[in-house]
Amino acid sequence: MHALVFIKQVPDASQVRVNYETGTLIREGVPAILNPFEAHAVEEAVKLREKYGGKVTVLTMGPPQATEALKECLSRGADKAYLLSDRVFAGSDTLATSYALFEGAKKIIELEGEVDLFFAGKQAIDGDTAQTGPGIATRFDVPLVTYLIKLDEVNFEKKQAVATRLTEFGQETLQVPLPAFFTVEETLNELSHSPLPWLIKAARSKIEKLSSENVKLDLEQCGLRHSPTKVKKAFTPEKRQRGETLTGSVEELVQKTSDILMPFLKKGL
Amino acid sequence: MGETIDLTKKDHEISHYKNIWVFMEQTDGVAHPVSFELLTKARELAKQLDCQVGAVSIGKAVSHLAKEAFRFGADKFYIVEDEIFKDYRTEPFRDALSKLVLKYKPEIFLIGATTQGRDLSGSVATELRTGLTADTTKQEIDPETGMLLMTRPTFGGSLMATIVCPKDRPQMSTVRPGVFKAIPVEHPKEGEIIRGKTTLTEDRIVKKILKKVVSSEGNINLGFYDVIVAGGKGMGNKDNFNLIKELAELLGGTWAGSRKAVELGFIPQSRQVGQTGQTVHPKLYIACGISGAIQHLVGMQTSDVIISVNTDENAPVFDVSTYCIVEDAIKFIPGLITELKKQKLTPVKNER
Amino acid sequence: MSAKLKYDVIVVGAGPAGLAAAIVLAKAGVRVIVIERGRFPGSKNVMGGVFYSDCMKGIVDEFPGDAPVERHVIDQRIWILDQDSSVGFNHKNELFNKKPYNCHTVFRAKLDKWLAGEAEKAGALIINSTVVKEPLLKNGKVIGVKTDRPQGNVFANCVIAADGVNSLFAKSLGLRKKIEPDTVAIAVKEVIGLDEQVINDRFNVKSSEGVTIEMTGSYFNGEAMAFLYTNKKSLSLGVGMVLKDVISHKINPNDLIEQLKEHPSVAPFIEGGQTKEFLAHLIPEGGYKAMPKLVGNGVMIAGDAAMMVDAIHREGSNLAITSGKLAAETYLEVSRQGDFSEKSLSLYVKKLQDSFVMKDLKKYKGVPRLLQTNKNLLLHYPKLLNQAAFEMLKVDGISKKEKEKIIWKNVKQEIGIGHLVRDLFKLWRNMG
Ligand SMILES: Cc1cc2nc3c(=O)[nH]c(=O)nc-3n(C[C@H](O)[C@H](O)[C@H](O)COP(=O)(O)OP(=O)(O)OC[C@H]3O[C@@H](n4cnc5c(N)ncnc54)[C@H](O)[C@@H]3O)c2cc1C
Ligand SMILES: Cc1cc2nc3c(=O)[nH]c(=O)nc-3n(C[C@H](O)[C@H](O)[C@H](O)COP(=O)(O)OP(=O)(O)OC[C@H]3O[C@@H](n4cnc5c(N)ncnc54)[C@H](O)[C@@H]3O)c2cc1C
Ligand SMILES: Nc1ncnc2c1ncn2[C@@H]1O[C@H](COP(=O)(O)O)[C@@H](O)[C@H]1O
Repeated sequence: MHALVFIKQVPDASQVRVNYETGTLIREGVPAILNPFEAHAVEEAVKLREKYGGKVTVLTMGPPQATEALKECLSRGADKAYLLSDRVFAGSDTLATSYALFEGAKKIIELEGEVDLFFAGKQAIDGDTAQTGPGIATRFDVPLVTYLIKLDEVNFEKKQAVATRLTEFGQETLQVPLPAFFTVEETLNELSHSPLPWLIKAARSKIEKLSSENVKLDLEQCGLRHSPTKVKKAFTPEKRQRGETLTGSVEELVQKTSDILMPFLKKGL
Repeated sequence: MGETIDLTKKDHEISHYKNIWVFMEQTDGVAHPVSFELLTKARELAKQLDCQVGAVSIGKAVSHLAKEAFRFGADKFYIVEDEIFKDYRTEPFRDALSKLVLKYKPEIFLIGATTQGRDLSGSVATELRTGLTADTTKQEIDPETGMLLMTRPTFGGSLMATIVCPKDRPQMSTVRPGVFKAIPVEHPKEGEIIRGKTTLTEDRIVKKILKKVVSSEGNINLGFYDVIVAGGKGMGNKDNFNLIKELAELLGGTWAGSRKAVELGFIPQSRQVGQTGQTVHPKLYIACGISGAIQHLVGMQTSDVIISVNTDENAPVFDVSTYCIVEDAIKFIPGLITELKKQKLTPVKNER
Repeated sequence: MSAKLKYDVIVVGAGPAGLAAAIVLAKAGVRVIVIERGRFPGSKNVMGGVFYSDCMKGIVDEFPGDAPVERHVIDQRIWILDQDSSVGFNHKNELFNKKPYNCHTVFRAKLDKWLAGEAEKAGALIINSTVVKEPLLKNGKVIGVKTDRPQGNVFANCVIAADGVNSLFAKSLGLRKKIEPDTVAIAVKEVIGLDEQVINDRFNVKSSEGVTIEMTGSYFNGEAMAFLYTNKKSLSLGVGMVLKDVISHKINPNDLIEQLKEHPSVAPFIEGGQTKEFLAHLIPEGGYKAMPKLVGNGVMIAGDAAMMVDAIHREGSNLAITSGKLAAETYLEVSRQGDFSEKSLSLYVKKLQDSFVMKDLKKYKGVPRLLQTNKNLLLHYPKLLNQAAFEMLKVDGISKKEKEKIIWKNVKQEIGIGHLVRDLFKLWRNMG
């Protein structure tokens, strides 16, 4: 079994503050963390490896600091970590990102062998786009299962998996041939506490480096210049102000609130 | 598997692209309300661009949606019908949609930011090698360039970004449900229906659906609701949480809660709002016994109206609330429920 | 992977004490593993923080070098605060602008991470997100530690406990007693973001230069100490209180820091700033008398875990580094004999006694209690001092001589001359 997990390092969105005067985010001092969904993706891949043998590889495209997130994945039991880092990727939008990761993944397949399961997080908590996974899957032309909440069955002989995903109105269970691509929800599994030897191994592991020097890239598809979408403007939304404080006895409060709620009671679609 | 699109067939001359398309999302032949919201918006944009609105639907038997599309202002209805489209699956839908786009060259393509829409749009945009702006809350035409300005929140709503797609077509984006109002046109016209074909057959589609479970309690998309009543640790115990549910029902909305409410077993994780739960933006969010930790706020602070009930007048949740009620929720909610019931109004479903 | 995990030395805690020990050991070729409970070294660590350069001799070739420091301190101020006033002393010296700099302001999250990087470069193994639960013992000798992870037992010749003020490790070995509320202070700190140039202007310094302000006095009811330090683009404002007072007076440092922000002497410095971080931590303030036993069979205790803080001079990290270094050197010496018994390791105590660490701690051993028991020092005198300064500086037609009389009258009323003389003598003996 070979699982390849796409992981991203993100600023802890809950600790990002807004500077309302300048309309920018204060990112200084905000810790960078492993995107929470990917911890679950790695967990699932490692569980498969513990059961079926094989290996788990992780890949990120990002600045050298992203090494830390890769190390965390190694601590969680991944076997090998690749950092795809190059100036040419700077400013990539999701299309350019999925291109870079596609080429990076192809290189990994060349070095580490065929992949049976690709995993990514449902979405990154900084950009919230949820596009990168579907993008890579499309480029590989492998079946895509988004919003994965359960891997019911993986059969390596039949090269097939049964997976349950969330849909708008409930859930559905799918059968897909391998290789397949999964983007995962947090409810997929509970994170476990890795054994100490894994952490020791991780601390001793090297991060493999990929860049335009060892990955064949079409520079016409990389970075800000070749990203179809451009950020025209970034701004902070109006700061929400503390609104009106309702006062009075419980009865009076109920009365006032029910008045406020009237439009919601009357209005339909 | 659908064969990968031959990109040499893609027309890169952007002036050849015209009109605005809306994807009519449907499940078992029932259109998702977001489709009508988008058609309404598309009409407005089309007026500025002096172009037409097309609705696109793919399914097993979806011809009846044409009428609904016209009612909400579509000029044309594009449709691909086949047994293989009975249930939504990324690959065949991507294949059919991409081919329609390559052929008819819409300038703008709007899709609902639903589970299905987000799954599909990322795949289609990649196939077409064009830009996609996810989860937008605002759509405008730049009067100077005629380009679509797509605005979306990032960092859990802390930052807004306006994004353009200058050199590639179509300009694609997904739009959050509930952002725009769905307004039918006064005098709907019968538009043109254009049928596409698929060359795909079931034996070439490798993904099979084994089972579908509809809206089990186990998971719910809170994003569907216009009204959400949420409770936190301050609700005290699981029994008191019934007050939250009852109030939600009275208001035709649904109920949710904080992570502490999940940890304490008051509610299932699937109803958690916040950084590690769902992000919601209903018209009305009522927070009861929730302190307003930043991880919770990022999941709900873009709601239109927020009413908070908390015994602590300094609870941070009040800083984002439209109405602040410093009171014991356990005393307050029963009173409110009684009062609302007294109004004897038949509650209208506030579901999207 | 079930082979026994065995190293030469286990260091518990990747704070300054533990990392200093790890660097010295690893450089000497010793196989050392550092176990840290935080997500990364420094992630949970808090300090004012003024970091003294001298202690880094023998640890890195050059300090600060590429270390993440904020500003080097050239101006140190002490303020005695009363309700709406303050009296201050300051010492600014061009000598502080000469390299090597005496001290810098730092952020521990960055500094500890950097130190950990140095340790890794030297060959130490650093394991994060792992809590050491208890020592592993054999015949009364520490032979390793048990962590909270599966397959989490690690073995070694010797353990250096550098797990900070709470040191469960020292406690579970019985080397240390439970912390008494009067030997530990609880401190809170806020990092307030400000424009670099604004800081330079307000504190009258250039970009790399820094200022420290220590505050005490009647404003805090004599029960707290506070500080305001300059970082590159932020200020660190903090308040510390002995735990006992927090408990008995039901006030807490959180409230105090909010009040302090509005004090007319403080407010102008932080005006327009945005709170970026809020941190809290304990400081061991028991001093020499509260120190635990420093060695046991197969174990040495360093830094805050050993209560090595000089509360008077806000020194702690340097004592931690020095003690970590000495523990490492002790290991290197005794490992030649391969004897890690308590007796053999007591060389560490001797080394500490010969260093400034114990000398300073001994010298000020009376101070923490003195400040505790004698509220005059922190409560009445500051009030008087502020009144006196006001009287003397106010130009109101009353002669200076007359004013002196008023001042002395106040003094007599408030505490009596006998007390004053006794207190001042006590203080002088402790501090001088
Ligand atoms: C990485 C991470 C991710 C997280 N993700 C999320 C997330 O997705 N969603 C989330 O919600 N949290 C999340 N949290 C947790 C979050 O930090 C808070 O702990 C949590 O939101 C608090 O829940 P609460 O408001 O219900 O409880 P509390 O903070 O304990 O607040 C209870 C409130 O109830 C009030 N109260 C008490 N009694 C009454 C009464 N009778 N009537 C009215 N009010 C009363 C109290 O004054 C208090 O304000 C996350 C935390 C971390 C570290
Ligand atoms: C508000 C404040 C201001 C201060 N200001 C200054 C100043 O300006 N200058 C100065 O020199 N000193 C100052 N100090 C004191 C200084 O911070 C400490 O003396 C110094 O950090 C001690 O270093 P240490 O390595 O002994 O302990 P710590 O820095 O506390 O490191 C202990 C480490 O052990 C880890 N740990 C604890 N238990 C376990 C366990 N069971 N398993 C694994 N890991 C564990 C912790 O996570 C931590 O990383 C200040 C302290 C405070 C709180
Ligand atoms: N730069 C990246 N490197 C590796 N994986 C990524 C990167 N960006 C996104 N991903 C993966 O794609 C998922 C969705 O990201 P996004 O489309 O940005 O919301 C993430 O959860 C990751 O698994």
